[in-house]
Amino acid sequence: MAKAKETVSRTLIVALVLSIVFSVVVSTAAVTLRPAQIKNQNLDIKTNILAAAGMLPDGASAEEIESIFAQFDVRLVDLETGDFVEPSVVGVQDPMKYDMYKAASDPKMSTKIPASEDKAGIKRRPDIAKVYTLSENGELKRVVLPIHGYGLWSTLYGFMSLEGDLNTIEGLGFYAHAETPGLGGEVDNPRWKSQWVGKELYGEDKTEPQIRLMKGGVGANAADKEHKVDALSGATLTSRGVQHLVNYWMGDRGYAPFLKKLREGEV
Amino acid sequence: MAEATAKQVLFEPIFSNNPIGLQILGICSALAVTTSMNVTIVMCLSVIAVTAFSNLAVSLVRTQIPGSIRIIVQMTIIASLVIVVDQILKAYAYEISKQLSVFVGLIITNCIVMGRAEGFAMKNGPWLSFLDGIGNGLGYSVMLLFVAFFRELLGAGSLFGLTLLPPVNEGGWYITNGLLLLPPSAFFIIGLAIWGLRTWMPEQVEEPDYKMSRHTHKEAF
Repeated sequence: MAKAKETVSRTLIVALVLSIVFSVVVSTAAVTLRPAQIKNQNLDIKTNILAAAGMLPDGASAEEIESIFAQFDVRLVDLETGDFVEPSVVGVQDPMKYDMYKAASDPKMSTKIPASEDKAGIKRRPDIAKVYTLSENGELKRVVLPIHGYGLWSTLYGFMSLEGDLNTIEGLGFYAHAETPGLGGEVDNPRWKSQWVGKELYGEDKTEPQIRLMKGGVGANAADKEHKVDALSGATLTSRGVQHLVNYWMGDRGYAPFLKKLREGEV
Repeated sequence: MAEATAKQVLFEPIFSNNPIGLQILGICSALAVTTSMNVTIVMCLSVIAVTAFSNLAVSLVRTQIPGSIRIIVQMTIIASLVIVVDQILKAYAYEISKQLSVFVGLIITNCIVMGRAEGFAMKNGPWLSFLDGIGNGLGYSVMLLFVAFFRELLGAGSLFGLTLLPPVNEGGWYITNGLLLLPPSAFFIIGLAIWGLRTWMPEQVEEPDYKMSRHTHKEAF
């Protein structure tokens, strides 16, 4: 018995049987659990969007999130021209299925950002972005825009929600990052995030975003207070990253052309 | 080794033969996933499940496994179980699986799992091996929960996500200890735990590898 199991043919048979049995086990698990996983991922994105827009009730159930999210229109925007485009342009039926971050690594669907302009540190920008708009009785109430950029250790991914005037910030939230817990990781702190509410992106000319994160905090009588937010203490580079990525995405190379057209009612 | 009893294999790894405390295995994930109790508990359950079932599976086929490929056979079994656990977490505990990120996948490389498969399950029956897997998983869990308790309480002022010491950042009085949220702090806590454990059970103290000889030469000054 002890001898018999050490032969070459025996070894091959054991290896083969084992491989087959466990590939069946693994693929069964992967296939049967797939629908639940996709549902979770979509729900996660929707939760983050609602959180940025300040529309997420505490302890909301999956159904509640779905029903609140259903008020949003998911649209695709050509960042260069600022026009809405059909989902078929990026080869999907449902705009929700388009992944702009995957597109950013595809040379055919993205543009390289010249180093001098790459304030957000993202190297490539997708040509088409996915935005979420909410209208009531034909009037635009809010727009939620995905933003991302480099902090200290990691790329921060988040959403910024704007009011119907497309200038006043309604909320900002990051859903994925790996900044230092307790320092840069405080971008998740609700108290810090609450400062963004009501700040204004643009100055008089409505073209160049003016957001600044102030070291040492924004004084009570600071000039241009409407554009300033306290920097995170002990996290200079994360704060700088957040300032740059917000200004990049709200600027000319980001959503500014789209927001301008939207404001003037051209799209 | 004398015939092990079920009670022994189940409870010995918890204190007297703790995989982290005595065998110093599985340190990597003990540093990575112990910033909060919730995440730690899920990680512990995953490790218990994987060690128990991999031990069971390895023990069931132990008489069939040719010696020349036994390690790769164990690896295949462990890796498959880990993938299944990872898929289940993604489907039913998405939030926590996001926080655990790669560390569920890295259970494959957790020396405890492999160590028990090779060291115990290859030589013992399925039932005892299964219990041994649970026991070692529990030993791992006890140490992780101990570390996570201090890291979450002192690092973030909360336990299981409930705020106990309201931190200054959120308007309370407790100045959080940021070091405890960073991986190196787990080294200190594990070190202190091992110290405590070996003071309590002196038989766990290892013989020193060498003794320094007495200083016999006079120095130049």
